[in-house]
Amino acid sequence: MKNEETVLSEREKILARVREALKIPAHVPGAHGTAPLPASAHSPAADARSWLPKVGDSFAEQLALFQSTAAELKAEVQMVASRDAVKAALAKMASDGNWKRIATHKGELTDFATADLGLPICRTEGGYDVQEMEACDAGITECDALVAQTGSVLVTSLSAGGRGLSVLPPHHVVIARREQLVADLPAAFALVQKKYAPHFPSMISFITGPSRTGDIERILVLGAHGPKKLTILCF
Amino acid sequence: MSICGQSFFRMSTFASQFLKQARVMTADLRHRKIIRTALTNYEIVRDKRKGAFQSWESARQAAAETKWEAVNHLDKYLVELVSKLEARGTKVHWASTGAQASEIILQIVRDKQARSVIKSKSMTSEEVHLNAALEKAGLEVVESDLGEFIMQLRDEPPYHIVFPSMHLTRGEIKDLFQRELGDAPSDSPEELTMVARRALRKKYLTADIGFTGANFAIAETGMISITENEGNARLTSALPKTMVSLLGIEKVLPRLEDLALFLPMLATAGTGQALTCYNTMYGGPRQPGESDGPEEFHVILLDNHRTELLADAEQRDALHCIRCGACLNACPIFRNVGGHTYATTYSGPIGSVITPHLRGLQDWKHLSNASSLCGGCTEACPVKIDLHHHLLQNRRNAATEEPAFFERSLYQIFGFVANRPALWAVAKKLGRFGQPLQNLVKGTALDPAKAWTQTRDLPPMPKESFKDWWQKRKG
Repeated sequence: MKNEETVLSEREKILARVREALKIPAHVPGAHGTAPLPASAHSPAADARSWLPKVGDSFAEQLALFQSTAAELKAEVQMVASRDAVKAALAKMASDGNWKRIATHKGELTDFATADLGLPICRTEGGYDVQEMEACDAGITECDALVAQTGSVLVTSLSAGGRGLSVLPPHHVVIARREQLVADLPAAFALVQKKYAPHFPSMISFITGPSRTGDIERILVLGAHGPKKLTILCF
Repeated sequence: MSICGQSFFRMSTFASQFLKQARVMTADLRHRKIIRTALTNYEIVRDKRKGAFQSWESARQAAAETKWEAVNHLDKYLVELVSKLEARGTKVHWASTGAQASEIILQIVRDKQARSVIKSKSMTSEEVHLNAALEKAGLEVVESDLGEFIMQLRDEPPYHIVFPSMHLTRGEIKDLFQRELGDAPSDSPEELTMVARRALRKKYLTADIGFTGANFAIAETGMISITENEGNARLTSALPKTMVSLLGIEKVLPRLEDLALFLPMLATAGTGQALTCYNTMYGGPRQPGESDGPEEFHVILLDNHRTELLADAEQRDALHCIRCGACLNACPIFRNVGGHTYATTYSGPIGSVITPHLRGLQDWKHLSNASSLCGGCTEACPVKIDLHHHLLQNRRNAATEEPAFFERSLYQIFGFVANRPALWAVAKKLGRFGQPLQNLVKGTALDPAKAWTQTRDLPPMPKESFKDWWQKRKG
C-alpha cells in the first residue's frame, strides 16, 4: 500500500481542486441566474411520489399492480391463502422442477417452508461452499419488502441469506407476507432507513424480475447470469 | 463554422481520422439498418415508460436540481461519503489521474497475490484503460457483462456506453463464439447467451478480485449503487474475496431517497425499462452476522480532469450525467457515424461535450462540429444537461483559444467590404460574374473552399439584387 501521507495528499489535492473550481457559481437548472435554490430541508427527490408512475391507494389495487407488473417482467407470483399453503406450494414446485438440492438461509419463514421438503439443504449461515450452492436447483429466501410500483422484491444481505443466495442458483424463490407489500420506491427506501439505519446491511438490492439481457440484437433473453426463474410465494 | 479548405486549418490527427471514418460509416447502409432497428425498438418502449410517469418533465427538473446540489457542493458530499464508507470498513482511495487509479488497483492485486479479476461493466475503467494495465501485469481479466464480454473477445472498445455490442448481428456473435470459445450451437440469442453464462460461471467462482464501476454514490449512508440487468455485478460483488469499485467523483448524490427518483429515470432513459432487473447498494465489506461477501471492499474515487470540467461553470452541468446513453440514441450524428468513429471513451453528444475537457480542446474540438444542433440530445437528457449549447460553447472556446487564420481573415475582409457601399457594389458584380467560374472548379483541388463546397450547392446569385430592383421600381 501507498503510505498514509501520499493517500492523504491525493485526497487533499482533489478536494482543493474541487473547492477552487466551485468558487465560480454555476447557474441553477431551468434558470439563468446563479442564485442558489431555495433552501429546503428535504431533497427535490422527496416529492418523487407525485411524478413517478401512479400507484393505487388501496391495498387491493397495490396488490393487483404488483401481480400484473411482476407478471409482465416474467416473474411468477403465487398468492396462497395461508402459511401452511406456502409449504404445499413449495413442495409442488420441488417435485415439478425435479429439485435435487436447495439452498436457503435461517429465517422464520424459510425454516418453516423447507422443513419437510426432504431435500439436502445448503445453508448460508456462517459461510457456505460456493460450488455446493452453485449446484443447487433453487435458492429460497425471505425478503424485506415487495414494491407494487415496480414489481420488485427488496432483499438485503441480512434478510435474504447474504449476497450470493438470491443470484447463484438458477431459480430464486421468495417467501413473503402480504403485509410486506409497499406502494412505491420512496416507501421502500423509507422502510430501509427505518429498519436498519445506521447499521445498514452491506448489500441492499431491488430484484425486478428474473435476470435478463438484451445484448444480442436487443432481444430479451432471461437468465443471463442470475436466476432464469423468479417465483414470489406470498401468503 | 468550417467553411474552409482543410489545408488552411491545423487539423488534428483525431479530426482527420474522424472525417475519414465518418465518410465510410455514413455510406455503410447495413450498419445504419442495424442501428435503426435496435433504436426504433428502444424508442417505443422508452416512450411508453416515460408516459407512465405522472410527470416526466417534473421528474427531470427534480433530477437536475438534485444533481446541481450534489455537484455544486461536491467537496462536502465527497467528505461525507468517504467518512461513512470508512466507518464500516471500506478502504477509500483517491486518484487524480487514470494512471494513478490503475496503479492503486495493481497494488491491491499485488497485496492479494491475485491472478484473476472478474469485471462487471464500467465505462470509467475504459476511461483509465484498466484492462490493458492489468493484462500487462500478467492477470487474467474477464468482462462479465454479455455485451462487454463480446467486445472483449473481439478486442474492441464498447460501441455504445449502455449497449456495448449493439452494432453486431447474432450471426457475427455466433461466428465469434465459435472461433474464440469453440461453443456456438446456433445463432439464437437465447443459446448464445447460455454459452456466455456457462463460460462465465466458472470465472465468478474462481476469480480473486471482483471489479465494478458504480452508477451512483450516496453521501448520506456511504454506499455505491449499481444498476444492471444480468446479475453479473451481483455475482461479481458476492463471490470474490476482494471487491474493488472505481467511480468518478461526480457520481455522488446527497441522500438515499434520491435513488427513488434516479433509479427509475436511469432505467427509463437508458433502456426503456421501468426499473432494471438489479439495483443494488453496497455499503461495505461483509459485515458481522452476514454469510458471505468480500472480506475487503476498496472504493477508488477518480478525478481524471473532472475538476477541470467542474471549474468551467458554464458547462459544469455536464457532470450531472448519469451515463444513460439517451443522448447517443437521439443523435442523428451518432446514428449515422456509429460509436467507434468518435474514437473516445464516451461517444455521442455527451462525449463530444466532455472529451475536449478530458483530453484537450484543440485535438477534440472537431466533435463539437459533428452536430446538427437539432437539440434532440438536450431534450432526451433526463438530468437536463444543456448539451447542444455546450457544443456551441466548445466551438467558441476553441476559436477564441486558437483562431483559424483563414477563417479570421475571411471575416475581416468581409467586414471591410460590407462596411463600404461602393466596394460592396463592386463585390456583388464580381460575385455574379465569378460564380459560374467557381462552379467550374467546385469541389476540386483548385477550389479553396473545397471542404465546404464539395457536398453543398450555393443557390445561384440573382441577376439583379433586391436593392437594385427597389431603386428601379421607385424611379
